[in-house]
Amino acid sequence: MSWVGKPLERIEDETLLRGRGRFIDDLNPVPGAYHAAVVRSPYAAAHLTSIDASAALASPGVLAVVTGQQVAELTKPFHAVIDTPVAFRAAAVEEVRYAGEPVAVVVARDRYLAEDAAEMVAVEYEPAAPVLTPLDAVAAGAIVSDRSFVYGDPLGKLEEADLVVTESFTFPRWTGTPVEGFGVIADWSAADDALTVWTNFQGPFTLYMAAAAALGLPRSKLRLITPPDSGGSFGIKAAVYTYVVLMGAVSRHLGVPVRWIEDRLEHLAASAASTERVTEVTAGFTNDGKLISLGYDVVEDVGAYLRAPEPATLYRMHGSLSGAYTVQDVSARNRVVLTNRCPTGLNRGFGGPQLYFALEGTMAIAAARLGIDPVDLAHRNLVAAGEFPYTTPTGAIYDSGDYAVCLDDALATVGYAEHRRRQAAARADGRLVGIGIACVVEPSVSNMGYISLAETAQERSGGLPKSGNTEGATISMSPGGGVVVQISTTPQGQGHRTVVSQVVADQLGLEPGDIEVVSVLDTHVNAWSIASGNYSSRFSAMGVAAVQQAAEELTAAIKQIAAHELECAVLDVELRDGKAAVVGQQDAAVSLRRIAGKAHWNPEALPDGVAPGLRFTSFVSAPGLEPAASDDTIASSAVHGFVADVAVVEVDRETGAVTVLDYATTHDAGTLLNPRLVEGQVRGGFAHGAGVALMERLAYDEDGNLITASFMDYLCMTASEVPPLRSSHIETPSPFTALGAKGLGEGNTMSAPVTIANAVRDALGIERLELPLTPSRVWELIEPLS
Amino acid sequence: MIEVSVTVNGRAYEEAVAPRLLLSDFLRHTLGLTGTHVGCEHGVCGSCTVIVDDRSVRSCLMLAAQVDGAEVRTVEGLADGDELHPLQAAFRRNHALQCGFCTPGILMASVDFLERSDSPGRRQIAEMLSGHLCRCTGYEPIVESIHAVALQEGQSP
Amino acid sequence: MKPPVVDYLCPETVAEAVDLLGEHADGAKVLAGGQSLMPLLNMRFAYPTVLIDINRLEETAAIEPGDEVVVIGATVRQGDADQSRTVHAMVPLLAQALPHIGHFVTRNRGTIGGSVVHADPRGEVPLVMVTLGGRATVVSTSGTRTIEADDLFLSHYTTSIADDELLLDTIWPAPGGLWGYAFREFSQRHGDYALGMVACALRREDGVAKQATVAVGAVAGHPVVLDEVGAALVGEPIDERAAAEAGRLAAAAVDPSSDLHASARYRRHLVGLLTESALLAAWADTEREEA
Repeated sequence: MSWVGKPLERIEDETLLRGRGRFIDDLNPVPGAYHAAVVRSPYAAAHLTSIDASAALASPGVLAVVTGQQVAELTKPFHAVIDTPVAFRAAAVEEVRYAGEPVAVVVARDRYLAEDAAEMVAVEYEPAAPVLTPLDAVAAGAIVSDRSFVYGDPLGKLEEADLVVTESFTFPRWTGTPVEGFGVIADWSAADDALTVWTNFQGPFTLYMAAAAALGLPRSKLRLITPPDSGGSFGIKAAVYTYVVLMGAVSRHLGVPVRWIEDRLEHLAASAASTERVTEVTAGFTNDGKLISLGYDVVEDVGAYLRAPEPATLYRMHGSLSGAYTVQDVSARNRVVLTNRCPTGLNRGFGGPQLYFALEGTMAIAAARLGIDPVDLAHRNLVAAGEFPYTTPTGAIYDSGDYAVCLDDALATVGYAEHRRRQAAARADGRLVGIGIACVVEPSVSNMGYISLAETAQERSGGLPKSGNTEGATISMSPGGGVVVQISTTPQGQGHRTVVSQVVADQLGLEPGDIEVVSVLDTHVNAWSIASGNYSSRFSAMGVAAVQQAAEELTAAIKQIAAHELECAVLDVELRDGKAAVVGQQDAAVSLRRIAGKAHWNPEALPDGVAPGLRFTSFVSAPGLEPAASDDTIASSAVHGFVADVAVVEVDRETGAVTVLDYATTHDAGTLLNPRLVEGQVRGGFAHGAGVALMERLAYDEDGNLITASFMDYLCMTASEVPPLRSSHIETPSPFTALGAKGLGEGNTMSAPVTIANAVRDALGIERLELPLTPSRVWELIEPLS
Repeated sequence: MIEVSVTVNGRAYEEAVAPRLLLSDFLRHTLGLTGTHVGCEHGVCGSCTVIVDDRSVRSCLMLAAQVDGAEVRTVEGLADGDELHPLQAAFRRNHALQCGFCTPGILMASVDFLERSDSPGRRQIAEMLSGHLCRCTGYEPIVESIHAVALQEGQSP
Repeated sequence: MKPPVVDYLCPETVAEAVDLLGEHADGAKVLAGGQSLMPLLNMRFAYPTVLIDINRLEETAAIEPGDEVVVIGATVRQGDADQSRTVHAMVPLLAQALPHIGHFVTRNRGTIGGSVVHADPRGEVPLVMVTLGGRATVVSTSGTRTIEADDLFLSHYTTSIADDELLLDTIWPAPGGLWGYAFREFSQRHGDYALGMVACALRREDGVAKQATVAVGAVAGHPVVLDEVGAALVGEPIDERAAAEAGRLAAAAVDPSSDLHASARYRRHLVGLLTESALLAAWADTEREEA
């Protein structure tokens, strides 16, 4: 009986459907917590001259106003991989660098009173001129990292090219913005100089380390606990760590527990965003469509501060700069710049949408210029099935796949040839119908060392080499035979508990309903490491691997006890239907409950080599994730899925509205652990990608104020706008993971923006366009054509 | 303070509230019914939707003082004991929730919508749902779930 | 965010409400459905000292058909008006516009009166009201008066209703004769504020338009009746050519500005498109009436 691979309903759902979820704002873990409201800068760039809190302090119910200066006295600036000239603190002290930056915290009896007083804090500023775009930042010299990478001989190859495409691509700022914002409850204990924090943090726990360092606390003195439920994240809740520091410092300063629940306006203005990236591509093709040289010149806007883990958005995809293609000669110049906008951070797709908007856009442009069908162009360049594991010129090891079959599957799903015929007919009628494709390698499980590429090999050589990706899990069997699994993958809706129950049920011969899975992460209780958390689609590979290994250890112990009891060889014991039984014998069996009882009640009777207690913690690390090499190659991720997308769109000549008529996506994410949850991830990732293609962006005015500052102007897709999607899968199991699974929740966020853009390029016969493709913008493109 | 007598999920409450207290905060923090979620407090995301006197409303856009004498239904009152409401069951069956944060509001709006619609089709359901933001599911399974329940109801006399 | 400190009063009758409004006129805000006012409070864009909740008034909650007119009480919910047979039969233009207001749940609470008083330049109800030449009845301690729609909407979020006046009802003409109506708007998402909106009313006689009103919203501080466009249509049958010409006139007559969601050129273009489409639909609607 195998539970893995079955589309089981989720064990999470009943609680959530009954309104019994436990999200951060539902918790009251400490009595008497005060409520915080953050006073934020209205200026994108200013010198902060004074703060007068007297009126606020006189407001009803106010305990205190804690200024950035007071926070600074209890904290250190945050570290990042690159030193920058501006110190990044949990709250501003003398300079503010983005509109929405915290400058003080009001602490009051409730949130209403705190907001009343926050309005009364009188802050004087001397405004300065903000820098607001990536290219303005380059012009202003606000470059904090400038690295060049050359693999092979891209310049030499360019001379052999028949066609050179040089094009600029700008990917906009946007946000996956979950419906639940950040929340922190901080409780400083002066008695033992320790801070306990409840927060809907999503990892990676490198950032927990960053928070502890900024608080000046040894790790043992910062205890972080996540709530049972988290209302979505899509990367962004990594950034809550700076508020762990802010509220931790406030709690410490005042000696009271403090609770801060972010509201939507704060979230949009000041939590995090994706990077805006300007990429100049220079790509060389032969007349028969072979991509032989590929160069990127990237300017990456990380906002007001280089907040860890940035510039990770830039380096997460470094191993995959060549995408799904065999091109060997690749270069990149990466400039990271600061602007006076909210700092960037994790966001679904994380570097993938930006990379593929440039690379796959270039492929579409080249196909049109060469007069080759884009499908044929892709086929001439895709890594072939026989080449896996395939090492890319930049160092990634693509573990498995059959890209050509995957692409053909997407084409068959959508009916590509038929759509091309219909397109010809529609064009003859004057309609603007276009078809776009994209081929996307979707990396998952990040190498914790890839960010070190922001430094040169020489700079790196001084420090501790960083690599790998470690995950832990704990499984225990109680004296009554109950199985509890603790995971450190901080789910935010992905259904980790269900999948873990499936994996463990298979191991122990139980049913998923018999397995209790606890996803609360307590840093003082759980098995975790710096890579723990929920990002880079790591759960199905690493989270599951850790659980699998812990369950194997428990299984081995159970079998030893059973073999001893049944007087047979360990190898002859199998676990089925809640029993340990001798293979092939109907009656020779002992219940797991009895075995558990023995392990706890009668340890003297245990066979040699079996420890009492039946509790196992396992850590695993993904194979092949070496530190960055001296030649700047890096296996930036452990496993690589593949996504092929085809979009058919029609552009309304009159209104400029883009309608997605049909959209097919085919994934190869290795073994699918629960097809129902897989489908959920695919659809969710697609909705985000289609959103940034068509309507989502963070826009700022000339003073640097966010103008998409509420859900009235930041246009999240609704049920009436999300395009129809048809998805299918092929499965080439990864040889690098426990069950052959790969991540898949980010692929369509990477692929959909460029697939839809390519379809619009095809419909309009143009090359350059800007996302999102709003009706007004598209009409401005059409109008000069007609 | 204002005295408020209100019935929530069949249980009577009498509370004194500040005039400006939002209904959402009253339900969550005064009564401890935290199943109603708050996602934007400006009436767009729909997470806080509850039913007041047989009409679904945004609880972040009402004051607690306004429900004096009213009957309120929240997600906690939707299931009948052990038995989930047909919409809840359909959401589970169709994987129409992931993080579950937007779900209570969508359920309450859908209950009201189905009670007052005549065999709505997918397009009408999607239009109703346009007042709710879900960032996890891409909406399709939610539309499917509501449609399935609408069809069931259409069949029963 | 949370609303600022404010008092709350909940009158049971219009007389009581008017008295309270007279007493507190300075800092009072009338709270009807709250679908626009409450977000403003929650975002702390508005700081009234007192809210006068009119949701319990019974006198303002009815839809009353009259002689070539429908009177809609100020606290009638948008959703209830949308479900009203009277509104559909007698004020079909309003019935066409109502589903575009917000969403199912917000229409459950939002009121017709609230949409009028809020006077959002992108509001559907004000646009329909000026197109049809509706009226508003307002009352204060000094008496009752009627305001013509043309005189009602002054600029962004500003009406000619005085601080101490309460909107009692709105009066919607339902004239006899061969009328056709159409409402058109274009928005990026379902239920969003429109990037452009047009309403028109045509009376047909002897195969030509005898009366024609074309009005546009979302391009100025208040909805605008394009008199010259209407005048040019009178005496003509509304065919594709006439509609296209009217669209060109309408686009030339407006002066929208650029914003986050659309350029000024695009908005002007939309006005032309929507005008053309609305006119053809309204003309077809007169034919339906004829049949």
